[in-house]
Amino acid sequence: MTVIFDGIASGMLLFLISVGLSVTLGLMNFVNLAHGAFAMLGGYIGVTLLNQAGVPFLAALPLAAVATALVGVLFERTLYRRLYGATHLDQVLFSIGLVFMSISAAHFFFGAQQQPLTLPDFLQGQINLPGLDIGIYRLFLVALGLVIAVGLQRMVSGTRFGAQLRASVDNPRAARGMGINVERIFTLTFALGTALAGLGGALGVEMLGLDPTFAVKYIVYFLIVVAVGGSGNIKGSLVASLILGIFDVAGKYYVPEIGAFVIYAVMVAMLIFRPQGLFGRAASR
Amino acid sequence: MEFRKHFALLAVAFGTSVLSLSAAAAEPLKIGMILPMSGPFASYGKQIEHGARLYLQEHNDTFAGRKVELIVKDDTGVAPEISKRAAQELVVKDKVHILAGFGLTPSAFAVAPLATQAKTPMVVMNAASSSITTKSDYVLRVSHTLPQITAPIASWALKNNIKKVFTLVADYGPGHDAETQFKKTFTAGGGEIVGEVRTPVKSPDLAPFLQKIKDVKPDAVFLFLPPGEQTVGFIKGFAERGLAKAGIRIIATGDLTEEDQLDAMGDNALGIINSLQYSEVHNSPENKAYTAAYYKAYPKDRPNYMSVSGYDGMQLIAKTLEKTGGDATGAKFMAAAKGMAWTSPRGPISIDPETRDIVQTIYVRKVEKVAGKLQNVEFDQVANFKDPGKQ
Repeated sequence: MTVIFDGIASGMLLFLISVGLSVTLGLMNFVNLAHGAFAMLGGYIGVTLLNQAGVPFLAALPLAAVATALVGVLFERTLYRRLYGATHLDQVLFSIGLVFMSISAAHFFFGAQQQPLTLPDFLQGQINLPGLDIGIYRLFLVALGLVIAVGLQRMVSGTRFGAQLRASVDNPRAARGMGINVERIFTLTFALGTALAGLGGALGVEMLGLDPTFAVKYIVYFLIVVAVGGSGNIKGSLVASLILGIFDVAGKYYVPEIGAFVIYAVMVAMLIFRPQGLFGRAASR
Repeated sequence: MEFRKHFALLAVAFGTSVLSLSAAAAEPLKIGMILPMSGPFASYGKQIEHGARLYLQEHNDTFAGRKVELIVKDDTGVAPEISKRAAQELVVKDKVHILAGFGLTPSAFAVAPLATQAKTPMVVMNAASSSITTKSDYVLRVSHTLPQITAPIASWALKNNIKKVFTLVADYGPGHDAETQFKKTFTAGGGEIVGEVRTPVKSPDLAPFLQKIKDVKPDAVFLFLPPGEQTVGFIKGFAERGLAKAGIRIIATGDLTEEDQLDAMGDNALGIINSLQYSEVHNSPENKAYTAAYYKAYPKDRPNYMSVSGYDGMQLIAKTLEKTGGDATGAKFMAAAKGMAWTSPRGPISIDPETRDIVQTIYVRKVEKVAGKLQNVEFDQVANFKDPGKQ
C-alpha cells in the first residue's frame, strides 16, 4: 500500500513540474525545452525567499510562481514571440540555448552546490496507518496536484479564455479576424505555463534537490509525461504522470535491477497503443 | 610605528623575491591543471583550485626558487575526450612541466597515456579509482582511493555490533567499487549483507528504495551516492520515513557528508557514521592554520577534502622540487616524489614508493553540531592506511 501511495505522490510531483510544459508545448504548440530552466528559477526564488528573506514556505510558493511568470513574460515579449511561427527545430535550438544560459547563470549566482531547504514542521513526518505510511509532504503534493489539475482543466475547456486560446493556436488568422487579441492570449498563456513551472520547481526542491543542472536533469521526465499524456491535455498529463509514477516506484521497489528502465518501458508500451498519447487529438496539421 | 614595521616587512619581502628570482634565473615552472570547472562536478574543480591557489599564495607563487605559473583548463566533468585534448594542449602548446587536477576517474584514465608519452608527472587530486596509478609510471595521487575510504567503515561496523547491512550504491563505476570493497571487508569479518540495491544515477525519487530498506530492517544501511540531490533526498527521506526511529543507522564513505554537502542535508545528517581522510574540524595545528587561511581567502566556501587535495598536490610538487633543486624533468621528479612524507592539514601522509599512491590516516567520524555548524567529528582512526584495492 505504501508503495502505491508513494507512486501516486511521485506521479503527482511529475505532474506538478511538467504540467506547465503541457501548457506551453501542448496548448501553444511551442517546443519549450527551457521549461526546466523556468522550474529551476522558481526553485531558486523559493529557496532564496525561504532561507534569506525568511518568508514562510506556503507564502514562498505563490511568490515563486508569480516571479517566475514575470520573468517568463519578459522572455515571451522579447524572445519567444519571434519564434511562434518558426519551425520546431528552431524552437528546440533556441530553448535549449536558454537552458545552457540558465545553467551558467545559476552557477554564477548560487554556486554548484545543492540548495538547502527545510520544510515547515507541519509538512514533515509521516502519518502511520496500519500497512500504510503516508508522508505528509507527499500528501500535500497530491492534494495540490489535484487542485491544479481540476482548475486548469476547467479553465482550458470551460472558460472564454480557454476557448480563445484554443482558437488562437489552431488558427491565429481566423482568431484575429474574430477580434481576439492573439498576442495577449499567448503572453498570458506563456505566463501561466512559466508560473506553473516556477511553482513545480519550488515544490520539487524538497524531493528533487536544486543545483544548476536542474534545468536539464529532469527534462526527459517532463517530455515523457507530455508525450504519454497527449499534448495540450491536462487530464492526459495527470493520468500519464500517475501511471508513470506508480510504475516507476513499484518497479524500483519490486525489481530494483531494472527499476530505472520501467518508466521507459511503460512509455514505449503506451505510445505503441496510443501514438497521440492517452488523450491526445490526432494531429490536425 | 605600525606603518614602519609594515614597510620594513614589505621591503624585505620585495628584496627576497627579487633575490630568489635572480638566483633561480630558470624559466617559470608551469603547472597545467585539468579540472571540472563547469557542469555537474563544478564544485570539485572549484574546491581543488581553491586549495591549490591557497598553497601558491602562501608561498608567493615560488617553489624552490622557481616562479610557478598555474594554468587551469575546464574539462566539464565526465568527458574523457575533453580532458585528453586539454592535456595535449597543455603539454604541446603551453609546455607545462607538470599535469595536475583530475576530478573524476575517466579524466585521469584519458590523460595517463599522455603522461607516459610526454614523461610528464601527473598529480591526481581527486579521481579515486584504485587502478589509476597503474595506468602510467608518472601518476602520483594525493587524494584517496575508494577502497581506501570504504574498508575502514566496514571494519568499524563489524566492531560495533552491526551485523546485518543493506547496501545502497549508485549504479556507476565508483558505486560498484564501494559496494565491492564494503562487501569484501564486511563479509570477511562475519557480517551479513541482507539486501543490495544499485540505484540509477538519475533517479528523481528514492522513496521505493527507502521503503524496501524499512521493510527489510537491517542494522544499518551502507550508502554510496554521488554528492548532490540524491544524497540530500535520501537523508531527508530516511528521517521522514522513520527509518532512524526504527533503529536503522546510516554508514557511508565520508564523501557523503563532506563539508560542501552538509549544509544542504541539514539536521537530518546528524549521527551519520562515515570514514574519510579529512574533516574541517580535524584537531591539529596544521589544520587550524589551513582552515583559517581558507576562510580568509574564500569566505563563502567551506574547506573540504578536495580543497585539501589541491593544497597537498601543490605541497607535493613544492617539496619534490626542493629535493631536486628545482628540476622538474619527469624521471628526476618522479624519483624524488616517491616516498615523500609530510604532515598535511588532514594529518600525516606519504607517497607509497611502490604504487605512487597515497598512504594516510582514515578517520571514522560522526556528524555532529559544532558551534552551530554541522561537522564531521573524528572519533576513531586507521593510521597509515594503504589502498586495499592494490593488495
